[in-house]
Formats: sequence, structure tokens, C-alpha cells
Amino acid sequence: MIVYLVRRLGQSMLAIMAMAVLVFAGVYFIGNPVDVLINPEATQADIIATTQRLGLDKPLYQQFGIFIWNALHGDLGTSFVYGRPALDIIMERLPATMELAVVALFLSVGIGIPLGVWAGLRPKSIAGRTIMGGSILGFSLPNFWQGMLLILVFAVILGWMPAGGRGETTEFLGMQVSFLTWDGLSHLILPAINLALFKMSLIIRLARANTREVCMQDYVKFARAKGLSSRRVVLVHVLKNIMIPIVTIIGLELGSMVAFAIVTETVFAWPGMGKLLIDSINLLDRPVIVAYLMLTVLIIVAINLLVDVIYSLLDPRIRLSEMKG
Amino acid sequence: MKALTLPLMAGLIAAGMTPALAQDLSIGLKSEATSMDPQFHQLSTNIQVAKNIFEALTTQDAVQKVTPGLAESWEAVDDTTWRFKLRQGVKFHDGSDFTARDVIYSFCRVPLVENSPSAFTIFTGGIADMQAEDDHTLIIKTKATNPLLPTDLWSLAVLSANALGAEDTVTFGTDGTCEGMGDVPQSHAFNSPDVAVGTGPYKLESYTRGSEMTVTRFDDYWGGKPDWERVVMRPITSDGPRVAALLAGDVDMIESPPIQDIKRIEGEGFHIVDALSNRIIYLHMQQVEDAPGIEGTDGKNPLLDPRVREAISISINREAIAERIMGGYAQPAGELLPPPMFGTSGRAVDTYDVDRAKELLAEAGYPDGFTITLGTPNDRYINDEQVAQAVAQMMARIGINTNVDASTASQFFSRRNALEFPIYMAGWGASSGDMSSPLKSLVATYNADTGMGPTNAGRYSNPDMDKVLIEAMATIDDSKRDEMLQQAETMVLDDFGIIPLHYEQTVWAMKPTLSYEPRVDQYTMATEVKPVAAE
Amino acid sequence: MTEITTNAPARIDSPSKRIFKEFIEDRIAVVGLLLFVIVALIAIAAPWIAPQNPYDLAQLDIMDGALPPGEVSFATGQTYWLGTDQQGRDMVSAIMYGLRISLLVATVSLGLAITIGTIIGVVAAYFGGKLDSFIMRIVDLQLSFPAILIALILLALLGRGVDKVILALVIVQWAYYARTVRSSAIVERRKDYIDAARCLALSNRRIMFRHLLPNCVPPLIVVATVQIAQAIALEATLSFLGVGVPITEPSLGLLIANGYDYLLSGSYWISIFPGLALVVTIVAINLVGDRLRDVLNPRLQK
Repeated sequence: MIVYLVRRLGQSMLAIMAMAVLVFAGVYFIGNPVDVLINPEATQADIIATTQRLGLDKPLYQQFGIFIWNALHGDLGTSFVYGRPALDIIMERLPATMELAVVALFLSVGIGIPLGVWAGLRPKSIAGRTIMGGSILGFSLPNFWQGMLLILVFAVILGWMPAGGRGETTEFLGMQVSFLTWDGLSHLILPAINLALFKMSLIIRLARANTREVCMQDYVKFARAKGLSSRRVVLVHVLKNIMIPIVTIIGLELGSMVAFAIVTETVFAWPGMGKLLIDSINLLDRPVIVAYLMLTVLIIVAINLLVDVIYSLLDPRIRLSEMKG
Repeated sequence: MKALTLPLMAGLIAAGMTPALAQDLSIGLKSEATSMDPQFHQLSTNIQVAKNIFEALTTQDAVQKVTPGLAESWEAVDDTTWRFKLRQGVKFHDGSDFTARDVIYSFCRVPLVENSPSAFTIFTGGIADMQAEDDHTLIIKTKATNPLLPTDLWSLAVLSANALGAEDTVTFGTDGTCEGMGDVPQSHAFNSPDVAVGTGPYKLESYTRGSEMTVTRFDDYWGGKPDWERVVMRPITSDGPRVAALLAGDVDMIESPPIQDIKRIEGEGFHIVDALSNRIIYLHMQQVEDAPGIEGTDGKNPLLDPRVREAISISINREAIAERIMGGYAQPAGELLPPPMFGTSGRAVDTYDVDRAKELLAEAGYPDGFTITLGTPNDRYINDEQVAQAVAQMMARIGINTNVDASTASQFFSRRNALEFPIYMAGWGASSGDMSSPLKSLVATYNADTGMGPTNAGRYSNPDMDKVLIEAMATIDDSKRDEMLQQAETMVLDDFGIIPLHYEQTVWAMKPTLSYEPRVDQYTMATEVKPVAAE
Repeated sequence: MTEITTNAPARIDSPSKRIFKEFIEDRIAVVGLLLFVIVALIAIAAPWIAPQNPYDLAQLDIMDGALPPGEVSFATGQTYWLGTDQQGRDMVSAIMYGLRISLLVATVSLGLAITIGTIIGVVAAYFGGKLDSFIMRIVDLQLSFPAILIALILLALLGRGVDKVILALVIVQWAYYARTVRSSAIVERRKDYIDAARCLALSNRRIMFRHLLPNCVPPLIVVATVQIAQAIALEATLSFLGVGVPITEPSLGLLIANGYDYLLSGSYWISIFPGLALVVTIVAINLVGDRLRDVLNPRLQK
């Protein structure tokens, strides 16, 4: 297991490095941040001076070397726009994104699994078909369009919810969170639903398919024949057996939720790190872009690893050393 | 469907209209200041926020006329020497007195600010020496004649030398060689009210990045008691949510509501204020032999022919753009600054005439037109991408087949500065409120050594105009300078060296209980927001 | 979704006939297929049936800008059944052309990604060993990152353009096919007929593509239908975020994005109609894909 973990970590580091090189070089070529940041009345001499101050006059390999050297010392660079460590700026935005992603995850699991199991147990019932139809819709509507419709219906037409922003935040366990106040919660609901819908559809489909397969297994048929209450059959046998693939998906999806939050945050003007990424891309704030990516990749890699470990705990038949990287 | 929005808004307004604490004001801004340090980033968002806390030797009123600030009066002793009489009895937020030392310290700190993305050195770089004759008399010497020094000084915030840890005597030296500076605090220190000490009407109370900045009334302000007990400024960068925040009563006032929403906001009983800004939206054409992105001309650059440039100008129906794309919140432009600002001549807008435009093209040898690429940013100016598409539509009508190449401002400016566009649309806001600003940056012959024409990515060059402009820029006498600037501008426009499209109008929306005198420089200044007596 | 998997007739019918028969048993899936055919026909025929060429700026008139559905043009007297956008572009035509771009991007990237993914997958399965584990490691690594993140960064670096969007979609999609093809090819490889083919000294290439590949097709089809819907949605999302296709060739996603600013102010048609077209397209494909999966998945057939 340790060998596996080490190898896995090594690969992930390589991936992170590759990503860093790609993005670093890419952002270098798309434009010069000084062109955007500097006051247009600046003269050519001012532009040169600013370029030097930001270290952008050095050749690319040298800039990259400096970046890597600093990164190894825990410094991911100083934001061109804010003049402060890029990591600090992202960390300020991280709680907002995490809150959104976690709430969305709870929504998608809490609603998705019961619906999926229901549809799997009674695939031909009207409810089962409706659930599946709904999940196809949830699966098909692009995330941003769902968000727009939510705003149109609940904010513009009905006026129940605010159209965007984060609302009031309070301190909770050292983080600024918004679910503890009504104002904060009302701002959180729509974006969380928006982010959850796609995953919810995915989980419904997965839970249904797995439930159907499990129900055809002999031991479930046997349990039924033994006269166990169907409630017990569902709770003990079915749920237990569909949990493995679902835990995997949930783990993997938490990572993709952080990524998909980019879209939701853009639509709902949620001040998280996804929105920061889009803003930074627009301003060519390279240190922030690179730091965002490295952090996100790190989060995803960590989650994947965690999922593998949980997976092996849930299913003793799987030993980590046998799994592919 | 239009009526749909009404019931909701009515509900929201009912909530928002409950009389808030009359002494408090909250403003929704369209962007966030990148730092509380007024010397960090020369960006309008930062400046307008800092102006509540910090003041400068001079101020600019709503139409950018320079008026006394921390300096009561000033005079040019000779071409390069100025004497400023500083205001007496001015106190900083920490209770200390304002003296010439603070000014010298503040100007000295400018080159010492680290990591500045756009430094204020463009204003201090021309200063050769500063001397305090006494505590309230300051001599400033410039390296070259600079009639705009009082204007420039508006951009340089005066900080408290004491609060920042300066020594008792501060001696000026050029380019960061001042003495007696002590340990100079860097920009992030300004998040603390102990460091962000100014003389302005409001004191910094707290600053939370991404969410809000709060200032409170400074009771010892020299200019009389400020109107508000507390002012909260919240950046709400997306247009929709900013409007919603106003309608819901979360904020009392917002800047730049999207044009398409103005009717609705007004319909809800809010007060709309708008004014012509100093921002001109223009087309610039590449006037060098081998311009890229032009097809169907056998390798020639048709834009070198003034008749072609004129044809483009008169093919554009500026009224239609102002009405349809800008919703009436723009004014067709005939000049590079809206009259009656300094150096404008009152020149008429080019008349829209498709037939004449076609004739001109034919005369110039392009009866069948040609194909060209129009570059534009898509997130910089009000409805920029739509305006560019409309221009392309109109140019297509006279046979110039125009492809719009829109990119985000970051890519656009880099590509423009690399001369990738044969014709491009951009905007210019003259922060000095003076014609020399657009002339010097946009149409003066590009010369990296003298700093002329830095934004002249069309590489238009008119040596006669350059001569007049350079002379004007070294003329202290206002009326003579005005005349020369008018002359220089007319030379460029007669030549169609650049094509003005429209002046943007800046819009603010607020509760009916507030009033705001709109500013040409597009700044939202809490100090200028006044309560209206209830009727 | 229906469970009427029959017992008998498969004997006589060829596999494709069986699949077709089973497919049409689900009426919803048939509706999905029909819808998709209609959408595809509209997209293909857009230049001939659209009332206006929305890309030809000379045909647009901003005086007709932002007209609600059913209004008549000031200039030409034509009726705009779905209204116009702020440039005076007829929304009916814009949607037809937008569909065209959306489908073009999706299908071209699908074709390229399948080709690349299949070749890599078959090669990995056939040769096995180090090569296989190396390729699969890359595949797994890539699949562990959300497609949208990779595509967004790529396009932020490459800039806007139809070709660039296609490139980005190919890069994020090839791994799915590589993995699918490899896993079914590896099962096939162990079967006797491949050994037989080897004994006949057939060339590696011939074995891989004439014998292994055909057996990987059913799962490939299932993955492809899911992926094409994803590709359309992803392209729309990227265009919505402003890094997709250029404004002069708006896809459905970009049309929606353009209308987004006007949505809250009441000009709903600029955004809503392209959105509906997009959703109908994706739902139709997903309905077909769902049914295909049920039909092609032997495990669910009792």
C-alpha cells in the first residue's frame, strides 16, 4: 500500500509540474500583463520600468526557474494585480468555493441516492420513469443554462431569492461561511442547487443501475425468498452493495465540482476561486492562474487518493497494490 | 414578458425603502480596489476609493477643473519652479498636523512602492527638487516645463509622514534617493487604519477583500462636516447582481448600471444621474506601408489614403449607434474630448453619408471596396463588442467587408500594441481633462525616446501637428495653450488620422433620497453624494 | 428503459437488426432519434433554409436591434418570428447557424477523438506490457482532471476560434475512447481466434484493426453518444465563458451568452430560444444514448 501511495504521489507531482510548465509558458505567450495593468497614459519608459519591476523582462526559462525555486520554498509568486502572494489571495477565496461545493455535494447525495434506489427498485413505475426522465434533463441541461433559468425563475420572476453575490457571512470554525444567516443562506441556495443538479442526475443514474444489478444477484433474491421485509432488503443488502461505486463517484465528483464551480460562480457572481480564475485569466495575472491550477490539481489528487483508500476499506477484495495508477 | 419583472421588484423595493439610518450610505461599485495604498496602482477604482481617505495638493471638480486642495494657492515662479501655499490647520486622522514634510515624504515614497502594476512615478518622475520654505510653503522644481503640474498633483495622495514612520526631516532626492524616510511600509500595511492615515473627510474603519470597505466620518475635517456617519463600499462586479442589490435595498447607490436595465431601474422609482464622460471611443487605422489583415488591395494599404479614412468615418451612423447600441447613453463625437473641455474647438460630428463614402472609395481607387479586420476588446468599454459589430455592419454597406476580431482586454491590448490590427476600436479617458492627453498618446508620432505617441498603434504621423503639440505642452499661458491644442487637434481630424465615434456617458442609479453631481472622470466619490431633503 | 427484453427472435436476425428492433421498442428513444434527425437536418440545411445569413453583416441592420418575437423589420419588411438580437440578427437564422457550428464542432472533435483514442487503445491492448501501462497511466491521469478545467485553460492560452475549440475538445476526449477500446480489446485478445490469426502470421496491424477492433464497436458507440452530448454542452459552456468560438460565428452557447446580459432586463428571447434549441439537441442525443446503452449492454438482458 505504501509503495502504491508513493508511486501515485510521484505521478501526481509529475502531472502538477507538467501543468505548471504548460500554463506558465502559455500565459507568457498570450499577452503582456503590463499592457493591461498599466495606466494608458504611461510612456514607453514607464512601461519598460514596470516590466522590469514585475520581473517580466527576463527570458522565459529564467522566469520559470525563479518560479520553480520559489515554489519549492512554498511561494507561488506575487500577484501582478494585487502585489501580494498569489496563494494568499486564492486562500481568501477558497472557503467560498469549498462551502458551495460541499453544500452541493450534500444536496446531490442526499437527494440523488434515495431517488436512484427508488427508480432502481421500481423501474417500470411512473415514479421511476419520472425520476429517470428528470435525470436525463438534469444531465442534459448545460450547467450555465440551468443557472440562468434558476435566476430567471426564482430571482427575476418570483423574487424569492437574490440573483447573485454571497450575502452576509459569519465566522465559523475560523472560516467565513454564509449558511448560518438567512441572508447568506438565501444567496447560497440557488448556486448550490445549480452546482448539484448535474451530479444529482449522475448519482441517480448510477444508484439506479447498481440497484438493478444488485437486485438480480442471488443473495438478494434469496433474502427476499427468506421473507425479509423489503425495507430491510433495501437498507441492508442493496444500499451496502451500491455504496462502493457511489463513494468512488462522490469522491471524484468533489474534485470536478471545484472545477465546475467556475461556471456556477461566473453565473451567480459567487466570490470564490473559480471566479478569481476567470478574472485572473482576463487580467493575465499569471501567478494567480498558475497557483490556482496547482492548488486545484493538488486538491483533486488528494481526493482521488482518499477515495482509493476508502475504496479498499469498503471492499476488502480490492488491494491497493493491484490497482492501476 | 416585460411586465414579468415588475411584481418582484415592487416587493423588493418595499423592503428597500424602509428608512435606513439616514447617516449611513452604501455604494455598489463595479470593481474592487486592488489595494488600500493610494500609491500602489494607478487605477480609477483605487483612486476613487482612496479619495475618501486621502487628499492631494489640488483637486478636480466634477468637470475636471483644477481647484485648491491641500494647497490653498500656487504660482509658477518661472518655467520650471512652482510655489505652493499649503492650507493651515489641516489635521490628519491621527490628530497630527499637516505640513510640507508630509508632502515631500509622500512624493518620495512613490518610487519605493514595490510590485506596483502601474506606478505613480509617471507623475513624480518629472520632479527635480522639492524644498519646504517653511511648514506651509513648498517649492517644487520640474525637470522640464510642465504647465499641467497642478493637474498632475491631483493624482498624488498625501500620506502622513508620522503614521508611516518617517524621520523628523525628510530631504528630497530624485528616483527614490530621498533621505529620512525611515522604514517605508509597503502596500499591504494600508489595510490597517493605523497606517492608512490621510486628511480626507472619511477615516478607514475596515477593509475586507472581496466583500467591503467601510469608512467613517472624520469629525475634524478641515472642509466642514461630511454628510455621512459611515460609508460602506461594496464591489459587486457582475452587472445583474449589482442592479439587484440596488433594487433590493442592499445598497443605496450603484455605479454603471447596464444600459439595458436603466429603464427598468427608473421605472422602479430610482433616481438616474448621467453625464458625459471624458472617455472617447475611437477608431484608429494603421497608417504604415504594410499593414496586416487587409485583403483585396494588391498589397497596398488603402488606409494611407485620407479619402479612404474619410469614407470610413462618414459611413458610420453615429446617431444609430448611440441610440440603438448605447440606449441613448452616449453622444456622437466630433472631437477627442467632449466640448467644452480644455483644448476643444466645438468641431461638428462627421455627417453620415453612405453615397459620398462610396464615391470617396471609388476616387481612391477602391470602387469594389476591400476586406479588413477590425479589432476590439469585448470587456472594456460599454457594449464595446456590439459597437464594433455595428461599425463593421456600416462599413460593409460601403463595400468594406469587415471582420470583427474581438478578444478580452488583456489579449486585445497586447495584440494592439504589437500592431496586429489594421483598424481597431478603443477608448481614451483623459485623466487630466486636457486635449494634450489624447493628442500626445494617440496621434503624436510614436517615439519611445521622448515618450510621445505611446498608444498610437495606428502609427499615424504628422510632423506639423507634432510641432504645434510639443510647443503647446511647454506653454504655461492657458489661453495660448488652449489655442494651440485646438489647432493641433484640427490638423489631425482634417486629415482623418483618427476617427472619433462617441463619448461614453457615465450613469449612476440611486435611491430617490440621494443626489449626486455626475463627474466627467467617471469616478464615484462618496463625498459628493448628498442627501435630498424629503419633500 | 422498458424491460421488454424478449426471449426468442434474436436467432434469425443479424445483430444490427436485433439492436434496431429493440431500440424502437422504446417510444421515447424513438422520439429522441427523430428529434435529433430533425435538428441535424436543420443544421446541415441552414444556409439554404434560413431567412437570413446572420454572418453577413451587410444583411443586418441595427435599426432592427432587439425586436421581440413576431415584430416586422423596419428595413426589409420580413417578420422576425423569434425576434432579433441587439445587432438586428434574426434569431431563427442565428439559431440555425448556431446549431450548425455547435454540431460541427462536436462531430469533428468526436471523429478525431475516436480515431486517435481507438488507435491508442487498440495498440495498448494488443501489445500490452510496459507500453500498455504507460498509455493507461496517462489516460487515467488525464481522466482524473475535470474536462472543463483542462479545456478552459487550453482555450485561455490558445485564444478563440472554431479550430481551437475543436482541438481542445479532442484533447479532453480522446482518453475516454482509448480506455473504452482498450478494455474491450483486452478481453478479445485472449480469445482463440486472435491466437489463430497470429498463427496464420497475419500482420499486427491487420489483426488489430480487422479482428480486434470490430468487437470493440458496441461499447464505443455507447460512449460516443454520451460524449457527443457532453461535447456539445462543453463547447456551449466554453463559449459562454468567453473562451470558445468567435463572436462572428456564434454557436448556440455564444448566442445564449450574448443574450444573458439582456435576460434580466426583459429581452428574454435572445437567450431563451437558443437555450431551448441546445437543450432539445442534447436531450435527444441522451435519450438515444440511454436506449442504446440498454440495448447494447448484454448484462441487463435476461
